[in-house]
Amino acid sequence: MFPKWFDKWNNENPTNIYGPAILIGVAGTAVTVAAFLVVVGQPFKTKSLQSGPRGTGMSRPEFISDLAKPDPTIEVMYTEEPYAPEGGEAKASEIYQNVQVLGDLTEDNFNRLMSAMTDWVAPEQGCAYCHGDVDMEEYGNDDLYTKVVARRMIQMTQNINEGWDGHVNANKQVGVTCYTCHRGQNVPSDIWFKMGAVNEAAGGWAAVQNRVTVQSQYTSLPSDALETFLLDYGRIGVHNLEAHVAEYPNEDGVTTWQDTERTFSLMNYVSNSLGVNCVFCHNTRAFYDPEQVTPQWSTEQLGIGMVQEMNNDYLVPLEDVYPPERLGPVFADAPKAACKTCHKGYQQPLQGTNVIADWPELATTGAPVYE
Amino acid sequence: MAEYQNIFTQVQVQGKPEWGMATENAEQERTRKAGFSTLIGWIGNAQLGPVWLGWTGMVSLATGILALNIIGLNMLAQVGWSVPEFIRQLFWLALEPPSPEYGLRMPPLNEGGWYIIASFFLLISVMSWWARTYLLAMEHKMGKHVFWAFGSAIWLFLVLGLFRPVLMGSWSEAVPYGIFPHLDWTTAFSIRYGNLYYNPFHALSIVFLYGSVLLFAMHGATILAVTRYGGDRELEQIVDRGTATERAALFWRWTMGFNATMEGIHRWAWWFAVLTPITGGIGILLTGTVVDNWFIWAQEHHFAPMYDGSYGYEAYGSYETFIGQEN
Repeated sequence: MFPKWFDKWNNENPTNIYGPAILIGVAGTAVTVAAFLVVVGQPFKTKSLQSGPRGTGMSRPEFISDLAKPDPTIEVMYTEEPYAPEGGEAKASEIYQNVQVLGDLTEDNFNRLMSAMTDWVAPEQGCAYCHGDVDMEEYGNDDLYTKVVARRMIQMTQNINEGWDGHVNANKQVGVTCYTCHRGQNVPSDIWFKMGAVNEAAGGWAAVQNRVTVQSQYTSLPSDALETFLLDYGRIGVHNLEAHVAEYPNEDGVTTWQDTERTFSLMNYVSNSLGVNCVFCHNTRAFYDPEQVTPQWSTEQLGIGMVQEMNNDYLVPLEDVYPPERLGPVFADAPKAACKTCHKGYQQPLQGTNVIADWPELATTGAPVYE
Repeated sequence: MAEYQNIFTQVQVQGKPEWGMATENAEQERTRKAGFSTLIGWIGNAQLGPVWLGWTGMVSLATGILALNIIGLNMLAQVGWSVPEFIRQLFWLALEPPSPEYGLRMPPLNEGGWYIIASFFLLISVMSWWARTYLLAMEHKMGKHVFWAFGSAIWLFLVLGLFRPVLMGSWSEAVPYGIFPHLDWTTAFSIRYGNLYYNPFHALSIVFLYGSVLLFAMHGATILAVTRYGGDRELEQIVDRGTATERAALFWRWTMGFNATMEGIHRWAWWFAVLTPITGGIGILLTGTVVDNWFIWAQEHHFAPMYDGSYGYEAYGSYETFIGQEN
């Protein structure tokens, strides 16, 4: 291949080419990478939200590229300013049949809210989703389960805005509407059902965990945490508040590592629902210590109470109203809500968008106050 | 020129199998075949066999296989005997200890009974393997260092699965047999008892664990570095110090003013390794029995410092700024 003189010279002058080749390769790569970083910059930049004293590691890092993407459902959210009543208008309850909620509204505002609800909950089916494919005069009928459920959900929304101000408006006035959960879907995403035993051929503690389920957030932690805590008012705290306590795990009321796993399962669910980590609320060196938690811990306490009330007073009692396809796959139970049903992975639902400003009708269980 | 280096062996020595010395019972107990494997020669001595299983080895293997099968078949039963599901969920599945209400009684098979049975066989398996390390060392008229070192690991194993559950009055305190579930247990155990990092014996165990790693790296590096002077013949160097030892010792004296001895470094390594599970086991045994909240215990003993500063992100920045939607 090469001329003879070259092969001859090459044989007579053996040279180690591998040493220099490796050196040049390594140095060349290093220079290229360094030049790239200087010119383009760090391609995976992060930003942190500190939540506790320095030295505790309390911070939440996120990629800037992720933070730059706003929740896409904010932009498509429908809203409309209210028509301030001038006094003397007829009320919806006087105009329409069978108006059990929202009866104090003027006709304009009533229809404004009805039309918004179609956009929030049933953009494809429209009015017919709740009222059926009938003439306007028959809209007062309660023939469809969707209408019965919708009425109860309006009451729930009003109750959340009025009674759970401390959770919903903890940071600023944002409120909730149907859209906070529904986001244009008939059935909100991230609802949950009871699971019961997830393992066959196992009973007790062994039966309710160690499976990839949505309820366990794909961990091997117990799948019955949402049911235990957000439906049945189970005790979440597991710690002894003294260094030495005489008690045994088989005694009643003594918390065990099994209880701790269940609490961990709930806490992990909460973290994923809000897109945060443990240190958003806790100083993880002492999870239980009320002197080392953030204000968000208190907000969360209220949130848990709110979800318990939503499930027990509003969602579960609707069980008999739903058709079979809306019920849970195992126990045919009513769909239930939890943190993720509203938060959808964001620290604040809809990233802190004030959704209630245009909807005083949903902000109170009484007659709306227009300003 | 070809070199004989044992990490990882470039030139393999394969020839007539080395049978070693004949002991009293060697002919009777050990297998009669020995061969060579190029594959294992890549990572160590290419010779495979002879094996001395003995009655302890037989018992250990049989009970160990039994325990493993009980665990595996329980997992398989949990997914309804579906092999694809078994493979898919393998890391999630576990054989869990009994529920707490059973205390130290025998629970129904599907609520931890199988766990007790599997643990019983595992106990026999481990203990007879432990006996084997003693018997084989005795046969070679060796010291019993391996036996005691394995014993330290067994101490931790027994604390986790036997001593502590008995002291707590419930088999439910034992560790699940499963990949992720045993990690869940570890986390939950630490959290339940107020943060195991404030347990001083846990701290000691970490010291010895990381110390073992450091010592192993220092010793391995030192010996490899003086292999060219015969340093890999450590035993000869112990009794008859040569230039390899001199150089290795001098290197560390220049580095830190002090060096271990050719023999003593092995005692350092042995004690660090052995103390890891010994101290860890003490820490586990004290948890829930003597101390129920290690963080509060640490506060009472003044080694849980308080940090100055506010809690809550509002003190450090706003959510709106964080998500880039500042108005």
